[in-house]
Amino acid sequence: MIKAVMVINTLGKPRLSKFYEFQPAEKQQELIRHVYAVLSNRPENVSNFIRSLGSIFGQDTRLVYKHYATLYFVFLFDNSENELAMLDLIQVFVETLDKCFRSVCELDVVFNYSKMHTILDEIILGGQVLETDSVEVMKAIEEITKLESTTSASTLINKSIPSWWAR
Amino acid sequence: MAGGPSLLDSLFQRSLEDLIKGLRLYVGDESTFISKAVDEIRREIKSTDQQTKATALQKLTYLHSIHGVDMSWAAFHAIELSSSQSFNFKRIAYLAASLSFDPSTTDVILLLTHQLRKDLSSPNPHEVSLALHTLYFISTPDLARDLTPEVFTLLNSNKGSTRKKAIAIILRLFELYPDAVRVCFKRLVENLENSDPAIVSAVVGVFCELASREPKSYLPLAPEFYKILVDSRNNWLLIKVLKIFVKLAPLEPRLGKKLVEPICDHLRRTGAKSLSFECVRTILSSFSEYDSAVKLSVEKIREFLNDDDPNLKYLGLQALTIVAPKHLWAVMENKDFVIKSLSDADANIKLEALQLVMAMVSEDNMAEICRVLINYALKSDPEFCNEILECILLTCSRNVYEIIVDFDWYVSLLGEMSRILHCQKGEEIENQLVDIGMRVKDARPELVRVGRDLLIDPALLGNPFIHPILSAAAWVSGEYVRFSKNPLEIMEALLQPRTSLLPPSIKAVYIQSAFKVLTFYLHYAISTEEVISSASQGVADIMHGAVQENSQFVRAGLVAENDSDDGGLNHRMLHRPVRDVSVESFEDMAVAHDWLSSTSFKGEPITEESIVNILNLVETTLGPLAGSHEVEILERSRNVLGLVELVREELPGYLVKREEDNDKGQRKTHEMIKLIAEAFSEELGPVSASSQERVPIPEGMVLNQSLNDLDAICGDFELHIPTSFSLGRSISSEKDDVTMSDRQGKEEFEPTESTSLLAEHRKRHGLYYLQSQKKESINDEYPPANDLKTGENADDKADDLIKLTEQSLFPKKKTNQAKPRPVVVKLDDGDGPFIPIKKVDSKDDLISGAVRDVLFGDEATASSSRTKKSDKSSSKRRQKDKLDIDKSSGPKEDSKFMENSELENANLRRSKRHSRGKEKKHRSNAKDRDEHEEGDKQKVSHHHGKHKSRQRAEGALTLAAQSPVIPDFLL
Repeated sequence: MIKAVMVINTLGKPRLSKFYEFQPAEKQQELIRHVYAVLSNRPENVSNFIRSLGSIFGQDTRLVYKHYATLYFVFLFDNSENELAMLDLIQVFVETLDKCFRSVCELDVVFNYSKMHTILDEIILGGQVLETDSVEVMKAIEEITKLESTTSASTLINKSIPSWWAR
Repeated sequence: MAGGPSLLDSLFQRSLEDLIKGLRLYVGDESTFISKAVDEIRREIKSTDQQTKATALQKLTYLHSIHGVDMSWAAFHAIELSSSQSFNFKRIAYLAASLSFDPSTTDVILLLTHQLRKDLSSPNPHEVSLALHTLYFISTPDLARDLTPEVFTLLNSNKGSTRKKAIAIILRLFELYPDAVRVCFKRLVENLENSDPAIVSAVVGVFCELASREPKSYLPLAPEFYKILVDSRNNWLLIKVLKIFVKLAPLEPRLGKKLVEPICDHLRRTGAKSLSFECVRTILSSFSEYDSAVKLSVEKIREFLNDDDPNLKYLGLQALTIVAPKHLWAVMENKDFVIKSLSDADANIKLEALQLVMAMVSEDNMAEICRVLINYALKSDPEFCNEILECILLTCSRNVYEIIVDFDWYVSLLGEMSRILHCQKGEEIENQLVDIGMRVKDARPELVRVGRDLLIDPALLGNPFIHPILSAAAWVSGEYVRFSKNPLEIMEALLQPRTSLLPPSIKAVYIQSAFKVLTFYLHYAISTEEVISSASQGVADIMHGAVQENSQFVRAGLVAENDSDDGGLNHRMLHRPVRDVSVESFEDMAVAHDWLSSTSFKGEPITEESIVNILNLVETTLGPLAGSHEVEILERSRNVLGLVELVREELPGYLVKREEDNDKGQRKTHEMIKLIAEAFSEELGPVSASSQERVPIPEGMVLNQSLNDLDAICGDFELHIPTSFSLGRSISSEKDDVTMSDRQGKEEFEPTESTSLLAEHRKRHGLYYLQSQKKESINDEYPPANDLKTGENADDKADDLIKLTEQSLFPKKKTNQAKPRPVVVKLDDGDGPFIPIKKVDSKDDLISGAVRDVLFGDEATASSSRTKKSDKSSSKRRQKDKLDIDKSSGPKEDSKFMENSELENANLRRSKRHSRGKEKKHRSNAKDRDEHEEGDKQKVSHHHGKHKSRQRAEGALTLAAQSPVIPDFLL
């Protein structure tokens, strides 16, 4: 199963993290730092796998990452997943983001925190791969967005005030 | 604290976006901004306005997930918000819950049960999805038990997306509430035949996880998986099915025959690298006895290796590593590539290649490969250098140096490794040096030589990574000093000034070794003297003149010494005049003299001058250490100094036999030295790790008694343990006094129960307890020991290596070894540490037990429906079984129960097989069995006994069941 998903920028700031086994907040931060330390030492154009992560993640945890512009997309998983398939799954995730935000960049990821989670949840549930077709994922995301806007219509007025008033 | 949130607060509330913007613009310490924001959130979250509350919770979740802010205090607010009518708020609440709730500590989780139940049965699929996600993250055994019925309903949902989500989460329910298996398993299996590949994929994913824990229970489902393997074209699905078969294959040998063809078909057909790699991995790891399949896989591997993508290269090498133990030819075929990969830019590829090179090592090519690898190590980065060293050390020491024939070579290789600049494998090399010393007698002279070379190099002392190796070298040189060509040299090396750079524990080894060397030296001096004198007496006729001359000379010398004040220490060559004769006679007698003959030190007989020199050396260097704060150093240097004092008493004329001695025999000191030397020359052998256990416990000794009572008595003593204390009379009194009084002051400060506090304090302020020596910047007046030869072209080297290994990698016919392999001492009961047998997790046991139960029940209901029996009884029976499981709390009983169910299972299978031909017989069988079940129901307590009687009745059947069960599923 997939154990964790992380998006970290090239300076080591976490942008998204989801652990499919409970980890306390401090431990999460530690794990992210550890992963970043490993990744930042790797040169360009080398393989995308890291096998020896040390004891911090448990014995047979493997890591696949992909580097897009200023972001690392990282999947951690155990030996019941295929490495290349995980690499494809990162691709699916990023493709979906790209469709969702129209050529995604780090700022989109930063400001659309909960949407990121919604997208990820459509792809992975409980460490299991749920959907591998970004078109399908997009369909679900659009439905959810519609649902959100209709149910929050009543509160829209309330919300619009502070957005121009506050600053 | 402000009272409640005012209207203004909610009006001017910052949204998540504002918060993120603020964080990005904020100059200065991020944490102050965050703590301010959290204060704000604490106020806002209490708002009765849902919008305000939701925004606050959203911000908090963000801070928790990205910045690690604690939000356990907000758990209740999340639960409150989850009941909101608005989907948006509900989503925010559930996200907060799933990211922050800890199932083991968040106690308000149970309050969510009702809301989750409601949302799980909501008509809105997205609400259901939210609830499922949350359930996965926060479920506790109670929650799992309470919500199993809802999830069970969802397993049949007519919306594909909902159904697959319910399937994906079922695993967590099984884990937390094994009885859920009884309810859901059948429906889960039914979903395997769904037409929607996404649903099948989800089910297979669940089985893949289950099978990786306890594969045996899922063997009966093999036909279903086989069907998927043959029919499906979905790569994701196929990969998972292959993963399952890898788990099942070792349990059922006949699976291979059936599976190899379809897997090879996929391998030939597919263009997807992920699937083809999975096929290759499956074949190589599980079906490696099918040669044609292995050949096909190796072809695929070669494609991978020749690809430009480093990922495929890496995986290709990894696949070769899997195949190496069984089909080394596959690695040999690609050896050029493997060796070239040693200098790849990618660390992953390099490591994999290194593994493969080590797999190719054999007795014949060992030396060459190691030579080449060491050359690589010399010019690679520190990390990889150490990987190489570790691999060499590991391979060579495997199975008590099985692969090593020439230990002299290996020992000098170890010496060479120690001198590699980046070497950080000090401890391993240390262990092996000592281990070889103890195990392999014939390697000792070479060990001593290598040890000497390491010891006398002052530059090595500056490198803390090498210290453990030096410790081993010192130990070896002391223990086996009789093989040394020049003990004096070793003595000087052991006492050189730069040894002050060593940590105390190793310094202590140095001193102890110096003690051994000194003893040896003195003993040697005495023995040669004895040999000479006995020789001179024995061959009196020839020697008479010489001895006469000798003794005359000696006497003259003595007189002369006495004349010129004994303080002057007249250094005269006492033996010069008789040297020619004595050397000859010494040679003769040495053969007879056992101890002497075993020594390599055959230089000139020792003179008194050299003894005086060595004593002076010892005294000047160890004198100051006699006041050391390190107990080990202190004690050992005192030992040596004591010996020195003893010998000094009888100086000068130590070696000369005085007339009056002849009557008494030996002198006191001589006897003493002999005793010490004998003690040191006793053989030290390897000790088995388990030998301690074999020592019988003395009678009257109670080992199991609690020693807690002793605390009251020993409490005072324990106080002293952590601080290093000095027992010595203060020699460097000033310094000592200061520290002593210091310590006393400290002890007064510390409360009596301070041992733990002190430990904690040290842990926290460990920095201040570092050795001051280490902090000192060591001005290295010596050049570094190992200058790298730079400028060599790496590629050249790689080509060299290929050429070199060209001949050596192919197994040669064994040439007659010039030297036979020396004896290596091995222990009878194996040297490896005792590995406790891994216990299967009881939880997995429970799941698989339930699964077997259901699978069995499954078929039972199937057969009972054929015999038109009502379903009621079977469900009743299930409940009975549940009771049974609950009762059998101990693991033993549990396993017994499982055995039983397995037995029944086997019987069932058996009967099913029969049924193919004889429907009638099967029916009667089934009836028969149902009757038995009736019996079981009535006598649950006699459960096992009942089975036993049946065992006897169906003797032939049970025999078949007890031998490994071979179901006919695939035939």
